[in-house]
Amino acid sequence: MSTTSERPAARTGAIGAGPRRVEGPAKVAGTAAYAYEYRAADAAYLAPVQATIARGRVAAVDTAAAEAAEGVLAVLWHGNAPRLRTDAELPGLQQPGELHVLQSAEVHYRGQPVAAVVAETFEAAQHAAALVTLTYEQLPHDAEFSAGRTDLATPKEDHRQGDVKAAEGEVVVDQTYTTPMQHNNPMEPHSTMARWDGEAITLHESTQGAHMVRETVAELLGLEQGRVRVVAPYVGGGFGSKGPLHAPTVLAVLGARAVPHRSVKLAATRRQMFSLVGYRSPTVQRVRLRADAQGRLSGIDVTATVQSARLGDFIEEAAGPAKSMYAAPNRRMGHRAARLDVPVPTWMRAPGECPGMFGPEVAMDELAVACGLDPIEARVRNEPERDPATGKPFSTRNLIACLREGADRFGWADRPAEPGARREGEWLVGTGVAASFYPVVPPVGGSRALVRHAGDGRYVVSLAAADIGTGAWTALTQVAADVLGVPLEHVEVRLGDSALPLASLAGGSTGMMSWGSTVHAAATAFRRLHGDDPAPGAEAAADLPEVAHRDDYAMHAYGAQFAEVRVNTDTGEIRVPRLLGVFAAGRIVNARTARSQFVGGMTMGLSMALHEESVLDARFGHVVNADFAEYHIAANADVADIQAHWIDEHDPLVNPLGAKGIGEIGIVGTAAAVANAAYHATGVRVRRVPLRLDDFLDAVGA
Amino acid sequence: MNPFDYRRAEDAAGAAAMVADNPAAAFLGGGTNLVDHMKLGVAAPEVLVDITHLPMDEVEALPEGGVRIGANVRNSDLAAHPLIRRRYPVLSQALLSGASGQLRNLATTAGNLLQRTRCVYFQDTSTPCNKREPGTGCSALEGYQRYHAILGASPDCVAVHPSDMAVALTALDAQVVVQDAATERRVPIARLHRLPGEAPEHDTVLNHGDLITAVELPDMPMAVHARYRKVRDRASFAFALVSVAAAMSLGADGSVSDVRIALGGVAHKPWRALRAEEALRDGPATEERFAAAARAELAEARPLPGNTFKVALARSAITATLRQVHAEARGGDGHGGPGGHGEEQR
Repeated sequence: MSTTSERPAARTGAIGAGPRRVEGPAKVAGTAAYAYEYRAADAAYLAPVQATIARGRVAAVDTAAAEAAEGVLAVLWHGNAPRLRTDAELPGLQQPGELHVLQSAEVHYRGQPVAAVVAETFEAAQHAAALVTLTYEQLPHDAEFSAGRTDLATPKEDHRQGDVKAAEGEVVVDQTYTTPMQHNNPMEPHSTMARWDGEAITLHESTQGAHMVRETVAELLGLEQGRVRVVAPYVGGGFGSKGPLHAPTVLAVLGARAVPHRSVKLAATRRQMFSLVGYRSPTVQRVRLRADAQGRLSGIDVTATVQSARLGDFIEEAAGPAKSMYAAPNRRMGHRAARLDVPVPTWMRAPGECPGMFGPEVAMDELAVACGLDPIEARVRNEPERDPATGKPFSTRNLIACLREGADRFGWADRPAEPGARREGEWLVGTGVAASFYPVVPPVGGSRALVRHAGDGRYVVSLAAADIGTGAWTALTQVAADVLGVPLEHVEVRLGDSALPLASLAGGSTGMMSWGSTVHAAATAFRRLHGDDPAPGAEAAADLPEVAHRDDYAMHAYGAQFAEVRVNTDTGEIRVPRLLGVFAAGRIVNARTARSQFVGGMTMGLSMALHEESVLDARFGHVVNADFAEYHIAANADVADIQAHWIDEHDPLVNPLGAKGIGEIGIVGTAAAVANAAYHATGVRVRRVPLRLDDFLDAVGA
Repeated sequence: MNPFDYRRAEDAAGAAAMVADNPAAAFLGGGTNLVDHMKLGVAAPEVLVDITHLPMDEVEALPEGGVRIGANVRNSDLAAHPLIRRRYPVLSQALLSGASGQLRNLATTAGNLLQRTRCVYFQDTSTPCNKREPGTGCSALEGYQRYHAILGASPDCVAVHPSDMAVALTALDAQVVVQDAATERRVPIARLHRLPGEAPEHDTVLNHGDLITAVELPDMPMAVHARYRKVRDRASFAFALVSVAAAMSLGADGSVSDVRIALGGVAHKPWRALRAEEALRDGPATEERFAAAARAELAEARPLPGNTFKVALARSAITATLRQVHAEARGGDGHGGPGGHGEEQR
């Protein structure tokens, strides 16, 4: 659906087309090996033993029965585990407390690994792990998340412009919106295969960044980075939780140390995914909007209370997106954090923006209702000319274009203004809209790409980037083919190995901006150096190009999401027969995989709207609905018609490729659109996700 | 998972004897529940007695008009069987509303009846649970209660039975055929499962070593118009918050001549709604009386703080299902009323 416009160095039109995934046949045939699947004749298996208290000390460990069990190779605990560097300087968001596994008797969260068994088989390891007996000195723990706590921390100074208290206008929306704790559950769980050979270690790892793993492991162990190799060509989803390392990787490294020349495998069980690899913090969002009768905002005030851990701080920046969404002279956005005896939160698809666009976008719907405005018009009236947060001009901002095009495609014009006006059989029907937003994030780490002519007009393009299922294998092939002016099948891309040139983390939707721009630069350099008829073996490399105007502009992607919601008049059951999103996210490199990213994000947003909630039982300190029967993720039957469209946006300022990120924006705003549509269907305003049938039972008269 | 021995039984009585002789033995059917529990440490049998090859896999019409379902008939096969679809469609609907296609392909009729509660604390060996470890306490009493009981619970256990199939069988007055090492006996489905009382570790009245060999359905003409409605948090692959199986027959004057109602998701056992049935029988079939019957059944409900909504939900689901089976019954041929193939069957 993109129209053609002038692009730099576009020779073949490969950029913007929608070729099938180059690695698709290997994945379908099962020959694309994921970390745990590598065949190793010397394989051994690790099973963690997890703490059953939330705070205290391990007083005693009895490993005798486990060590005597058949097939057991080693039993590790804090008394015998190899030492990690306590002064390690870890890159990025790595949490030292979380990674210093088996280094002391201290227990900081329920489910923390306190021992591990390495055995000849998976079954032997699991069995022996159950034979390890631990005695604890238990201390009182505190896992009670609440915005009403008196000990909330202010992690950094609030963002303030004007004076929200002085904001004027007769219309006030002052409400509290909440989102729950949620757990990342990529289809492939966090997996490692680790093997030591002398003072060198090789990791086959399910990760969003081979170099990030290499640097972190090298730092923890005090090794030269050259002694750590990380292989990760195929990754079955990450959603952020495979950005930073978590405890299982370190356990595998320690376990493998105990059995040199053995390939020690560890894949988190689904249950372990709920305690060992991070999660999205719950949020409580107090949103106060003040506007005139025409809906023009004079004040925006957002306080997001989030959960963090005593073991390490991670702030879900849910008050962030309100800084730059809508114009208002008086603004305050801030965070408060409850630091509890719980695992450390981490990234989950669109951290900050995803929960942080729920409260404000429902509040905007409430503002529209209060002012008697169409919800689209309420947003149009508050469109800023410059980025409210920084005062900088936008590189591009096409929110209104997304709203308008989405309204046309969705059939918004027929919508009754009043809620509860449409009934079809035993269903109340409503529609809703919300905006999407995701910033153009600077890449996490540098990148470098190497282009080599393999002869006969065929090229090999190498960098260590991790394709976590996004389509990078294919999109990077397109970028290289387009710049080199050769057919796609003449380009072989090599990814996912720390032995290849440096690549930034697959995080913050930066893959195409970072690796795409780097491949673009390397291929351009190749043609400049070697011309159109290069010798076999000719090479050129390039680093991630600087973005010239990075500091001069506010750079963000936008979107608009529309939902139709049906609520059953007997039971309150909620169905979402239609979702439609329109996005403005710069240049779309691969129409097929981009659509998959948008639709996937929206599906996950639907799942957030109706289903996902980790139930942390504060008495114990752990998540009790820790499997897929109890932690609901949208099933096929919940997902009906989901459409994703995009407008052709040319933004040469964001990077040479013109690409913004698309991996995360799809999840942002979906839940608000669904909640707003549910209000329109029923007249019941739900300010919390997941929306559940009990929210509507009174309204439907049950 | 603990190491265990695996044996194959030669026949039903032999299987019953093998298990009866060893307190740590268990029958292995489809394994969809037991094997999960072995992985979680919830169950640790020392011996598994495989019964899946025993000749208990037929669905056959009985001479006196009912149907006999072998204990090993897989849930998928039972749901698809022409006799069931034609004469007891409520059973097909209930089966197809449960679990997933893959699980239904493995799960057996007897195994489905004997599946254990999905209470999150029962499944988590790091928390106290009277059902899993008698005397340790009930974590759900002050914990996560969305899926817990509103009827017939005790201070020792507030868990619910998770089966959909058993709810339909309860409405259909099924008999469960039980073999022990010596004899065969029949247990009415309504008496198979227990309320928790002070012994929640016992889900059923069966003794260790009792083997279910078949389930028998009586001839029940009104079952042709029976219906299963399952209300849940997700459109498929979710346990019931509340489910209703109902059948109704009408007299010549249009009044309710007979009715069967059973509920799922509300109690430690499939809940036969006798009070509601009593309130409806031999009276006019009106929306007001459907609602009154639902109210009568829920009068004794004692919800927990985390599931108070289930009382209103159950009332409304009963009323709606009665409305639907009434329309079906009035239509006579099953095509006269609305909603034969609703959303719920997905």
